[in-house]
Amino acid sequence: MDISTTTDVPPPASHSKAAEQKRAARGATRPGDRIFLGLSRGSGILLLAIMAAIAVFLTYRAALAISKDHANFLTTFEWNTNVLEPKFGIAVLVFGTIVSSVIAMAIAVPIAVAIALFITHYAPRRMSGPVAYVIDLLAAVPSIVYGLWGALVLVPHMNGLFGWLNDFFGWTGLFSWDEGAPRSMLTVGILLAIMILPIITNVSREVFRQVPRMHEEAALALGATRWEVVRMSVLPFGRSGVISASMLGLGRALGETMAVATVLSPSFDIQASLLNPGGGTFAQNIASKFSEANEFGRDALIASGLVLFVITLLVNGAARLIIARRAEYSGANA
Amino acid sequence: MSNALVTDKRPSTLRAASLPKWTPWAIAAGSLALGIGISAAAGLGSSIQWGLIAAVLFVLGTYGIAARVEGRRQARDRVATSLVWVAFLIAVIPLVSLIWVTVARGAKVLDVYFLTHSMGVVADTEPGGGIYHAIIGSLEQVGLATLIGAPIGVLTAIYLVEYGRGRLAKAVTFFVDVMTGIPSIVAGLFILSLMLIFKMQPFGFAGSLALAILMMPVVVRSTEEMLKLVPNELREASLALGVPKWRTILKVVLPTSIGGITTGVMLAVARIAGETAPVLLLVFGNPFINNNPFEGAQASLPLYIYQQFANSAGSGAAYDRAWAASLTLIAFVMILNLVARGIARWKAPKTGR
Amino acid sequence: MAKRIDVSGLTAYYGSHKAIEDISMTVEPRSVTAFIGPSGCGKSTFLRTLNRMHEVTPGGRVEGKVMLDDEDLYGAGVDPVSVRREVGMVFQRPNPFPTMSIFENVAAGLRLNGNYKKSELNDIVERSLKGANLWNEVKDRLNKPGSGLSGGQQQRLCIARAIAVEPKVLLMDEPCSALDPISTLAIEDLIGELKERFTIVIVTHNMQQAARVSDRTAFFNLAAVGQPGRLIEIDDTERIFSNPSVQATEDYISGRFG
Repeated sequence: MDISTTTDVPPPASHSKAAEQKRAARGATRPGDRIFLGLSRGSGILLLAIMAAIAVFLTYRAALAISKDHANFLTTFEWNTNVLEPKFGIAVLVFGTIVSSVIAMAIAVPIAVAIALFITHYAPRRMSGPVAYVIDLLAAVPSIVYGLWGALVLVPHMNGLFGWLNDFFGWTGLFSWDEGAPRSMLTVGILLAIMILPIITNVSREVFRQVPRMHEEAALALGATRWEVVRMSVLPFGRSGVISASMLGLGRALGETMAVATVLSPSFDIQASLLNPGGGTFAQNIASKFSEANEFGRDALIASGLVLFVITLLVNGAARLIIARRAEYSGANA
Repeated sequence: MSNALVTDKRPSTLRAASLPKWTPWAIAAGSLALGIGISAAAGLGSSIQWGLIAAVLFVLGTYGIAARVEGRRQARDRVATSLVWVAFLIAVIPLVSLIWVTVARGAKVLDVYFLTHSMGVVADTEPGGGIYHAIIGSLEQVGLATLIGAPIGVLTAIYLVEYGRGRLAKAVTFFVDVMTGIPSIVAGLFILSLMLIFKMQPFGFAGSLALAILMMPVVVRSTEEMLKLVPNELREASLALGVPKWRTILKVVLPTSIGGITTGVMLAVARIAGETAPVLLLVFGNPFINNNPFEGAQASLPLYIYQQFANSAGSGAAYDRAWAASLTLIAFVMILNLVARGIARWKAPKTGR
Repeated sequence: MAKRIDVSGLTAYYGSHKAIEDISMTVEPRSVTAFIGPSGCGKSTFLRTLNRMHEVTPGGRVEGKVMLDDEDLYGAGVDPVSVRREVGMVFQRPNPFPTMSIFENVAAGLRLNGNYKKSELNDIVERSLKGANLWNEVKDRLNKPGSGLSGGQQQRLCIARAIAVEPKVLLMDEPCSALDPISTLAIEDLIGELKERFTIVIVTHNMQQAARVSDRTAFFNLAAVGQPGRLIEIDDTERIFSNPSVQATEDYISGRFG
């Protein structure tokens, strides 16, 4: 507001009230304004402080634990904290977290992209609205419910599939199966895929919807079939959006706790086969080890949580960077 | 190349051999029948196997038939279409199954008794008991988290939209984005580290703090979007009348966007209501009714589900209770979602009318 | 190669709204036909029915006949994809594929049919770019993105892309309305050259442009807002602009309305 420029001139008496109001309109000179600005800026600063506190306190407690670790924190295949010479390391957890997330991404991303295309380009119009709505709602189903369903419904159904994989691909070693309960990394990966499907679908759908009509018409006018339109204009335009959507999904998969804790039958070693139970993830290990951990054990778990925190920060940061780049790109071409 | 030659080779350039409209359905029905046939003959027990065989047959059959009749480009187009449909069905099946099983099994024990009794004198392996204590715990923890998280979130969004310029605002924006991605268990560990330092025992409010941390970035994001939708003319009109900025925000900006803000807050509440991990670490769980969130362990709905599943050694009665609690939780979350979307729809079209 | 278009009794809808009604006309091969008329009179809609692009708009549907030489575009068993291959289109705003290079943009239509040797492809791309009077400006940067060109160059790139697949007819929907006068002149010159090989139909808001480039001109009008658009008359361009047979045409051309 630039009305303040006139206030240097002493106002005539009859206009004094108006001048008062004009003065009032200027920035934070009134107590009300100062308080309100203080409150809202304070909230923003509080948010930053919380982030800083999370990093500081996790690091502090983690340092307490790691300094007393009688083994290498990064390479040890063991988690023994309630003993005189505690030995614990995150090697298994790093491996399990990455493997389960990679499986989840490999399954969820293609299917989510396909569903997003289904909603924006393939489904009959009467169907696409409700489908999108239902997928929206499914993103809100709590993860513990997915976990319960995974353990009691999905796991028994995996026996047939595992038998198959063992019959046809068992020779690779990756898919050999000792007929144990199918509470393995592959099942976890499939369940995580189901859980992150809605969020990847929703973000991809929004991106595909923003594809300018004129790009699609350009392809159509060249005599492209529907699939060729998708390949020539929709997918290239949506690529970076799909990547960032996938990163968001990956962030979820990496940090998911309950669904892994209910489905996986954990152990502190690395299984060569994806079908045999064993292994663990950061979040699952924290949840399952927590109840029997003493104070030192809890610090050790906090140490592993710190690693998870850093990993998710990196993944999310990468996703934001891609989104920011995309914003520039689409702005230049809109 | 003369015109006549082209005409001779292809009597019509426009007319392409094409399959009738019902072809995809016929191929789908055929491959389903064949898939079931093969599976039955091979003695495969799992419906996942049946479905996968049928899906593969469907895609291959579509390609084969279309390539033969319509040519390769059309065949590719049809395969893409059939793949998209198959992907949709593959995704729908587990999601439908999830809802179906939860409703079917949850309805078995879900009644007034279940909602109004605790697990106080019932062992986890026995039938009976209920979720009253968990509902109380959930309501108190989520309520307190909302009391802390929602105002901070809304105020931060106001700062970013109405005042924010410069480095502080940029930093806040960036870290709000980063905060959105924090796994819930990490938020739990953060509060846990404080509790370890101050030698505190689990209590409900600790869980609320972790939930509030998870809630804040979600509220900031959605509120920001809503405030940005308020046209600048409105703000300027109010300021030009000599209304101070803070009153402009309170009396003009917020009322205009209150519907959207409410929606955002409710969606955030729905999200934290389902969080288990931080509650597990900080509130611990308690079969008895504890009305005081500031002292002693409490239960919560998601935690109850987990503990009924994990601590009951596979007892059917505990599983039934877990399903019933899941149904209650899903119902609560879905109702919040639907109401929130209803508010958004009811408040939104003001500009359109 | 160019073909004749013969439209009879064509009516097009958006959902339940009738956009144009009962249009019949003949477009001669190797000529330029311009469509003029006030905004909303359905000339663009009509243009889009000529290569079955109208039906990609949600709710779009068409009744009537469009004969391309002796084949009905809306006949039973006709594949719209093949129709668009025969009848190319250039849009109001230049729309090169933003993620493709200049070369790839021109080759896009050819690649859909696959099976071109690299050298063949090079030849066709060069020929098309030359045909669009763009070759000299871009021959050194064929691998740069098409979106880096100026608006007028982008539009000529789109024309090159359209003629690369050797259509019989080229439809242009206000191809110069987003361009500056110099680029517009370049496109108009190009249209004059292209009509040696193609049947060209152009929608334009600019009556001088219609007078400059076209052999025949069709005037469209609508009775009132919400009413369907109709073809008022079609005749040699000279006659339309000097001595039209309908009063409404004269009113429009002399600037008395629209």
